[in-house]
Amino acid sequence: MTDQKLPQAAPEYLQSDMPRRDFLRLAWIALIGVATVEAGVVGTGFFLPRLAAGEFGSIFKCGSVDKFPNGSVTPFNEGRFYLVRIQDGGFLALYRKCTHLGCAVPWDQTKKQFICPCHASVFDQNGAVLNAPAPRPLDLFQVNIVNGEVQVDTGKPISRDRFDPAQVVYPT
Amino acid sequence: MTEPTLTRPPVWQRIWRSIVREPFTGDRRSRLRLVMNNLILHLHPSQVPARTLRFTYTWGLGGLSGLLVVILAVTGMLLETAYTPSPDKAYTSILALSTRIWFGQFIRNLHHWSGNLMIIVVALHMLRVFFTGAFRAPREFNWLVGIALLLLTVIANFTGYLLPWDQLAYWAITVGSSIIVYIPLIGNGLANVLLGGPDIGPTTLLNFYAFHISIIPMAILVLMSLHFWRVRKDGGLSLPRSVDEPPVNKDENVLTVADLVRPEAVWATVALAGIVLWSAFVNAPLEALANPDASPNPAKAAWYFMGIQELLLHFHPLIGAIIVPTLGLLGMVALPYMDSDMDSVGIYFRSRRGRWLALFSAASGAMATALYVVLDEFFIDWAGWFYGLPAIISNGVLPLILLLLGVIGYYEFVRRVFRATKCEGVLSVFVLVLAGFIVLTLVGVFFRGAGMKLMFPWQIVTIH
Ligand code: HEM
Ligand code: FES
Repeated sequence: MTDQKLPQAAPEYLQSDMPRRDFLRLAWIALIGVATVEAGVVGTGFFLPRLAAGEFGSIFKCGSVDKFPNGSVTPFNEGRFYLVRIQDGGFLALYRKCTHLGCAVPWDQTKKQFICPCHASVFDQNGAVLNAPAPRPLDLFQVNIVNGEVQVDTGKPISRDRFDPAQVVYPT
Repeated sequence: MTEPTLTRPPVWQRIWRSIVREPFTGDRRSRLRLVMNNLILHLHPSQVPARTLRFTYTWGLGGLSGLLVVILAVTGMLLETAYTPSPDKAYTSILALSTRIWFGQFIRNLHHWSGNLMIIVVALHMLRVFFTGAFRAPREFNWLVGIALLLLTVIANFTGYLLPWDQLAYWAITVGSSIIVYIPLIGNGLANVLLGGPDIGPTTLLNFYAFHISIIPMAILVLMSLHFWRVRKDGGLSLPRSVDEPPVNKDENVLTVADLVRPEAVWATVALAGIVLWSAFVNAPLEALANPDASPNPAKAAWYFMGIQELLLHFHPLIGAIIVPTLGLLGMVALPYMDSDMDSVGIYFRSRRGRWLALFSAASGAMATALYVVLDEFFIDWAGWFYGLPAIISNGVLPLILLLLGVIGYYEFVRRVFRATKCEGVLSVFVLVLAGFIVLTLVGVFFRGAGMKLMFPWQIVTIH
């Protein structure tokens, strides 16, 4: 018992503030952290929308500008939007999904209003709310006018708090 | 010299022995060993306290939930072989079940009704655990596992709802997933990921299919195993007793085979027969093919979400669909840590006063909710009264404050006026809120017609 060797202190150059055990534990935690983040990114990325061209979510070519008279509302069922040409000739693409709970909002030609069948929200021709419960105007899709042709990008609905003339796209 | 004749048992006996490990002779020792030597029976201990066998304590609801999981797994696997998860084939493959596939309609009915029934049975099981106080130490964690199982049961039903791709499915999922969008900050992104785009489409169907047939069932299986294992590790069931009995720690044991297994088998058989009979005569609904261009009116979520959809008619969506349900859920999670009164474990409704309070609270909650629903339809107009305030305040925060004050006030009321103990107070509030939620669900399912107007069930016509 007496001649048992006492543990020798490590040589100077190996001594540090952080014992090996702590370092390894930290390394483990860091590794687990990195692996979790990686798994999260891969898992989320994998589920991100995968779109094929031509279906809802891609760019729709609606036809030439003069096909749409001022003050008209034209439904595009495949693209799930209405192409609105307001009185002064500007374009708006309104996503037809009600901002309340998602019902498809039909256009009432006689009343010149969008009236939701589900909980009776009413929107005007610009998509602005005339009657709650819808909390905000109908969402917009980006309208681009390319060589006199109206194109609507249904990839990403743009939500807005109110109608603003700056949202209207004019043919140049 | 003659060879010694070896008397070997016949081959069928040797095969049988290789399976059962030990012959069953029927005596006490053999009964105990049987449980330990059998994987499925071994879910149970080999003996259980006699009083946990009282049917009117558990009502066999946990076991019934387990039985439903088995029925759902078997019928689900069959349906998988007949179903195609794409928008242009899904509906016809469901139709084929009723026209071309032998017993197809029957199997679909079994799956449909068992799924819906499971929500009710699991919820009732949770209620019995709550009312008997069985969620308290050492069973707090199993209560949490149970909550996860309840949520998974609802999600399994929700994801399955879309698969037939009929009008009912399409618009119920539209309404249901629109609720997700109201979650602050992440709502939009989450809905986008779940639906695979801004709106329901082919990717949505495939996502829901994958969740429905593999991800959710797997999770349920894992958590169910954990749940059962914990029931045993927590010392078996909590011991039931009547109101005036002092706490019991021990009870005379009875043998699992056959004192527990026999009633279980009887109950499972009766339940199975009931479900089979019902499914033989009542068909699961199937409406017209989904039409994304035309919402039916009224467009309702699935019945188990109608309570939340009804809340949406009375609160700003962020409050009604997110805050209030989240508060409810948090309350349930916190419950075993807030209420740790050990004196009443095993007694239905805690005490004599508790029984009376539960009745009183159920009536109060139901009547107050019904009254508010009617008043809100014809008289209350938060947005109009506080015109100028943003809708989230006038139609959200203000009624929420009223609601919370009502609940807290009720707690103080039963504590002071009826001298309820703390745990009787918690019981009263739970029953109050539960009754309110049930009334909301009933109103949503039976009393909302076109445009979500309040009306009597016989006045409702769905406009397609
Ligand atoms: C898939 C769903 C579920 C299944 C299959 C299941 C199954 C079971 C079974 C077989 C038992 C044995 C006693 C009995 O039958 O009552 C049990 C006990 C228990 N369950 Fe569940 N359960 C489920 C969901 C839940 C939920 C939603 C909760 C509560 C939030 C819960 C909490 C408990 C607790 C605390 C016990 C112990 C009760 C006691 O000791 O008296 N379970 N469960
Ligand atoms: S979904 Fe349009 S008003 Fe509710």
